[in-house]
Amino acid sequence: MQKIIKSIIVFLFIFVLLVFYNSLNRETNYSTDYLVGNKLTNINLKSFDDNKIYTSEDIQKSRYTLINFWASWCAPCRIEHPYLMQLSKEKNLKILGVNFKDKKINASKFLNELGNPYYYMAKDTTGKQSVNFGIYGIPESILINNETIVLKKFVGPLNEQNLNDIKEIINSL
Amino acid sequence: MLSNTGNFLLLINIFLSSLIIYSSFKCLKIKNNIIFKNIYQISLMQSTLVLMCFFTLIAAFVVSDFSLITVYQNSHSLKPLFYKISGTWGNHEGSLLLWVIILTIFSFLFLIFNRNHPKNYRLYTLIIQNFLILGFLFFIIFNSNPFSLISPIPKEGLGLNPILQDPALAIHPPLLYVGFVGSSIYFSAAMASMISNYSGRLFAQSIKSWVLISWAFQTLGILVGSIWAYYELGWGGFWFWDPVENASLLPWFAMTALLHSLLVLEKRNTLYFWTIILCLMTFTLSVTGTFLVRSGILNSVHTFANDPSRGIYILIFLSLMIFASIYFLFSKYKPTNDLINSNSKETFVLINNWFMMFYLVTVLLGTLYPIFTDAISNNKISVGPPFYNSVIIPVVIVFLFFMAIGPQAKWIKNKFSNLRSTLLILGGAIIINFAIVYFLKSYSLISNLILISSLFLIMSSIFDFFKKSRLSFPRIVSHLSFGFLILFIGLNHNFSVEKDFNLKLGEAKKIDDYEFALLDLKLSQENNYKAVVGKLEVNNSNTMKRRILYPEIRIYDNPQTLTYEASIETNFLGDHYLTMSNIDRSEYYNIKFQHKPLMIWIWISVLLLSFGGFLSLFKNAKNN
Repeated sequence: MQKIIKSIIVFLFIFVLLVFYNSLNRETNYSTDYLVGNKLTNINLKSFDDNKIYTSEDIQKSRYTLINFWASWCAPCRIEHPYLMQLSKEKNLKILGVNFKDKKINASKFLNELGNPYYYMAKDTTGKQSVNFGIYGIPESILINNETIVLKKFVGPLNEQNLNDIKEIINSL
Repeated sequence: MLSNTGNFLLLINIFLSSLIIYSSFKCLKIKNNIIFKNIYQISLMQSTLVLMCFFTLIAAFVVSDFSLITVYQNSHSLKPLFYKISGTWGNHEGSLLLWVIILTIFSFLFLIFNRNHPKNYRLYTLIIQNFLILGFLFFIIFNSNPFSLISPIPKEGLGLNPILQDPALAIHPPLLYVGFVGSSIYFSAAMASMISNYSGRLFAQSIKSWVLISWAFQTLGILVGSIWAYYELGWGGFWFWDPVENASLLPWFAMTALLHSLLVLEKRNTLYFWTIILCLMTFTLSVTGTFLVRSGILNSVHTFANDPSRGIYILIFLSLMIFASIYFLFSKYKPTNDLINSNSKETFVLINNWFMMFYLVTVLLGTLYPIFTDAISNNKISVGPPFYNSVIIPVVIVFLFFMAIGPQAKWIKNKFSNLRSTLLILGGAIIINFAIVYFLKSYSLISNLILISSLFLIMSSIFDFFKKSRLSFPRIVSHLSFGFLILFIGLNHNFSVEKDFNLKLGEAKKIDDYEFALLDLKLSQENNYKAVVGKLEVNNSNTMKRRILYPEIRIYDNPQTLTYEASIETNFLGDHYLTMSNIDRSEYYNIKFQHKPLMIWIWISVLLLSFGGFLSLFKNAKNN
């Protein structure tokens, strides 16, 4: 009996230490880098204007889609907006805008003022849907292809460099 | 230059530690009870040189020698001198050096203050302690060297995290480390006790003072950290069940249990192996805590940069410690037939130990569970205050009753002769509780029970004070202050007021009994930061009191960081706590106001709790 107890104690410690060892190599800062190269499943976004739901099927219609998370209250979103406007002219790319924790009236005002670059417009009033995309702050954008595989992820406002990167990818084929 | 001196001193220390181990083994072979004189001398030299090494690092911080990476990363030439100095231990590398200092000094002091104990026991303690020292020295030299150079030499440092520029935080790590690392000496002593078969009452006496020192300092360290979090982090609470806070609480539970079980070992010569387990557990938990914090597995305000190689080193060290402990424990363990009467002081002490183990396991599970789920199932979860509060608080109620009754029980066999006075005190506690509830108009079953049980403990302790000899004074102080601590936490929790709203300059808002007005905003330029200082008027229509509070938004330059300084008005009845934060693209400021009754008494209670530990230490030193 004593031997069994002793072995259990030893195994318990080995188990704890192994878990510790395993945890060492994990990224503990919440990171969404792992998303790149992965396939997005379970896309389920409410339309901004009506009750339509956007799913993977909608996204698969276009060769490339840039999912952009934005809000009218977000100052950096204003900064990146001109780049989105430029990208909206690209024929290989459609932009899906996800309006994040925002009021509809403010969001509409924002787009009236600065222009609407979005082919699809979805909303995430509670911010819960965006979590599935690994979003923890806005603005963030995810470039995906028609198989819904994430090609690139942009944290923070898009800049000139990002713009060129996106153009290069979508025009590469 | 300073780098060479530091590295040289570190290498000499490695040599001295090895020499102590070698000489001790040599000394063990000689059959008499005399320890070589040179062992004392080397130990003294070791302590002196480690201190010199630390002073070298302090000097590098003071003169802003940015050729050292540690100084470059954690200091800045414009930083006030006080924070330059405290920056020495405010980072991973420097704090490890502080670890080694405590390991070394405790090792030396244990050697000279235990002359009346057998040679073998003292030498084995010294040997094991020096293995620990060596482990940490190697860790410093090969992995976390504070004297590493950077080239080319930067002109300016990267600064110290602004939230760490705080007097409370300057003393928080040293206090905590005396507790944390101080427990190493009874880890070594417990191992030595098993190896040299020196058990029982005398062993208990040899480590009692060390347990008391580490316990009292650990309590103080936790207190200071908690005060810092209260006014610096702007969260408005004093305990958040943050994993790193928990890491400091775990060894505290083990130490508290140990402190009590030592009493039984000392008086009744039983529970030897249980005491040994607690000794081993305390330091193991301290190192586990260090591992969790330094390896970056836990995310928290203690932002030591992530470096898995550090983690691997501590993990190997921890594994060696654990398996060595288990090996000796299993090979030396003999089932003893400890006959303990179920109605005796021994039983009450054991009950204390069960409670402590319950708290320990609860907090340990809560802290490790997210790590385990993440590692095993890739599922990120977090265990927060609701878990701890709902598991721990109801148990505290029962615990307080035992804590009040326990000390009155007699050793060996107890008779409940004072049942009547106990019931009287309980009656008194219930009446006072309902008086509080009646006058302050708040009701919940749990909080009533918390108030009753803590009042019961307080009154029993006061009753004890008048009844007993001066000898139990330290215990009464600690138990009394623990009763007060829980009472004040209960009252504070029950009667706190919190308001959260937005306000712009010149605007006033009335919420319940309070009226708030943002009268003014000023920009001020300080030595190492800029600040937006708000002037807020708070009127309480109930008490007709008018207060002006000045919360700040600070903008630090190096590195550029925004911090929110709470404005706190403290008095004996309670704190008025206000933080202000800016809202992007808006003229409004978010205001968080809290009235927290009896806050200062929570701090005073913990201070007294630790004071009880120091009193007990002096009493123990006097007796031996």
